[in-house]
Amino acid sequence: MSEPRHRLMDYVREEIMPHRFCVGCGCGTILNVFTHAVAEIDLDPARMVCVSGIGCSSWIPSPYFKADTLHTTHGRPIAFATGVKVMRPDLKVVVIAGDGDVSGIGGNHLIHAARRNIGLSVFMVNNGIYGMTGGQVAPTTPEDVKTSTTPHGNIEPPFKVADLVMAAGASYVARWTTYHVFQLRRAMEHALNKEGFSFIEIVSQCPDYFGRRVGLRTGVDFLQKFKGQSVRVKKAETMTEEELADKIVVGQLCDRDRPEFSSRLHRVTAEQVELIKKERAG
Amino acid sequence: MPDKKRVLMQGNHACVAGAIYAGMRFYAGYPITPSTEVAEGCARRLPEIGGRFIQMEDEIGSIAAVIGASVAGLKSMTATSGPGYSLMVENIGYAYMTETPCVIINVQRGGPSTGLPTKVSQSDTMQARWGTHGDYTAIAVAPSSVAETVTETIRAFNLSERFRTPVTLLLDEVIGHMREIITLPEPGECEVVERVKPTCPPEQFIPFEMTESLVNPMPAYGEGYRNVITGLTHDTMGFTTNKPVEIAPKLDKLRNKIMRHVDEITRLRTEFIDDAEILFISYGSVARAAFQAAKIAREAGAKVGAIQLQSIWPFPDKELMELCARCRKVIVGELNMGQVAIEVERVLPRDTEVHTLLRYDGEILTPMQLLEKLDEVL
Ligand SMILES: Cc1ncc(C[n+]2csc(CCOP(=O)(O)OP(=O)(O)O)c2C)c(N)n1
Ligand SMILES: [Mg+2]
Repeated sequence: MSEPRHRLMDYVREEIMPHRFCVGCGCGTILNVFTHAVAEIDLDPARMVCVSGIGCSSWIPSPYFKADTLHTTHGRPIAFATGVKVMRPDLKVVVIAGDGDVSGIGGNHLIHAARRNIGLSVFMVNNGIYGMTGGQVAPTTPEDVKTSTTPHGNIEPPFKVADLVMAAGASYVARWTTYHVFQLRRAMEHALNKEGFSFIEIVSQCPDYFGRRVGLRTGVDFLQKFKGQSVRVKKAETMTEEELADKIVVGQLCDRDRPEFSSRLHRVTAEQVELIKKERAG
Repeated sequence: MPDKKRVLMQGNHACVAGAIYAGMRFYAGYPITPSTEVAEGCARRLPEIGGRFIQMEDEIGSIAAVIGASVAGLKSMTATSGPGYSLMVENIGYAYMTETPCVIINVQRGGPSTGLPTKVSQSDTMQARWGTHGDYTAIAVAPSSVAETVTETIRAFNLSERFRTPVTLLLDEVIGHMREIITLPEPGECEVVERVKPTCPPEQFIPFEMTESLVNPMPAYGEGYRNVITGLTHDTMGFTTNKPVEIAPKLDKLRNKIMRHVDEITRLRTEFIDDAEILFISYGSVARAAFQAAKIAREAGAKVGAIQLQSIWPFPDKELMELCARCRKVIVGELNMGQVAIEVERVLPRDTEVHTLLRYDGEILTPMQLLEKLDEVL
């Protein structure tokens, strides 16, 4: 008797499974949650374009998720995705990439895409480190953490990326961790259904290159830590900066309707085409 | 019947006209002198014909969006100048590796660095060949008049689609800003190459199959092929590979799909060459002066001819060798420190004297200067 086939197998590139993420890495969880979210809201992968950059997290969609996937250069997936979305506003265009990719080298594209409010869903995997290159400091690494390039401890304050994206004008912004798989799935469903720019910061774990620096050896250690560290947005509003110092604020940061860029551009174009037709006729 | 449409147009706007004629429907760019009029022209024209224009946050994003739009199935381009091209090169390499058609216009100004924003130069000729890291073969074309800018822009798109590769259109500031009266081609007058798409069902599609032509059909994203594209070195299915037996063939493919067709890509314009003993070799704005100089020299009885390289990369080794077979001396004129001169020296036999007239002070080369050089080497 053949093994029963998992109902989500149609969403992944089976021919290259199992995936190559390290034991305990958050990327497998995120692939799982993402696939569930897509299935749950009945998105057709054939009408999705998943764009990623360079880094471990960028392997979540490419090659593993079976949509049209575009594995681009380090830091640039949002810019590539902009070209796709502008020409094909009818497609669901999703970016999944790392914190270094999206908020470090690609930070400029991130804030401008949020400002334009272009209809992309960006899921940024924040493991607090440059994982793929072996554990260097990222713009998201907490202060004092020793990484291979901050051997005496990190002296730079980290970005609160979700807050940054909200300030830049995105339609929907949330932050969850890999502990909150159900909340994360619902947030992804919501983000994928959103018309404008949607952004989820997914606090994730890298036991190999981050964990060993901070004494968290396994994926489970991280999940337990995330559970204890997490504070809901509402609650956080009542807390002082000191109280929030080592907390992760989770939940929805904003959900608002603002004009979406690619459909706006579509409208302007249609108007021009009409105008020219009229001029020619009259 | 009215005459064919004659218009007064600058080179940068001729790029826009040529690109739209070729079917370009997406432009992303970032303003930079002396190329900005290309962006401005596209911003005005594209919405009128159902195309899309976007000004991006920088040139890295511009070329990324151009490649994204091309993957979505549209003919796309950007225009820039030296500093912007320098920012683009990593992603141009992505287009080489992923075999994604797109056109990049470089209206050259003086460099390095911010250099001479408003002055003419041809010092990015080698950058168009070797700009991004790694081994690959580049195509670059270089018009020398406004009319040629229209036709060479169309050709740049055709070559890009035909070989699935980025193509650089090298203008210099003079050609970009020069105004001439030209006749725009009528629909159907110039060949327009369309992208070949796969016809097989998605399950049977092998995106980078090693076929006879080495150029594969390319599905547009969103058409159900659920394709995989990566800038990592990949196998015929598009999946990342580390296998030596797959790596070398991929790189050979990138080279051979172009190098087997150098004849088709090469375009040279020649004047008075049949019995010429001395030949001017040049391109872009310098070619205008060189043809004029050759004409004056002929009138004075000297056996002088001129060759214009309308395509520079891949370098026309064979054609140049044949054309120069009977001449004793050549004079390479260019607005840089000798970037094409090196290639000419490489190609021509040892006993052909290669002289150079190089200018890199932001000024043009005039026919008089070329004639003075001719006197010197006679
Ligand atoms: C232009 C460029 N610079 C540097 C690199 C090397 N590099 C590859 S992945 C990476 C960091 C990835 O970190 P992140 O985006 O956080 O992803 P993670 O691996 O942690 O998931 C770097 C610096 C590169 N590929 N390209
Ligand atoms: Mg990271």
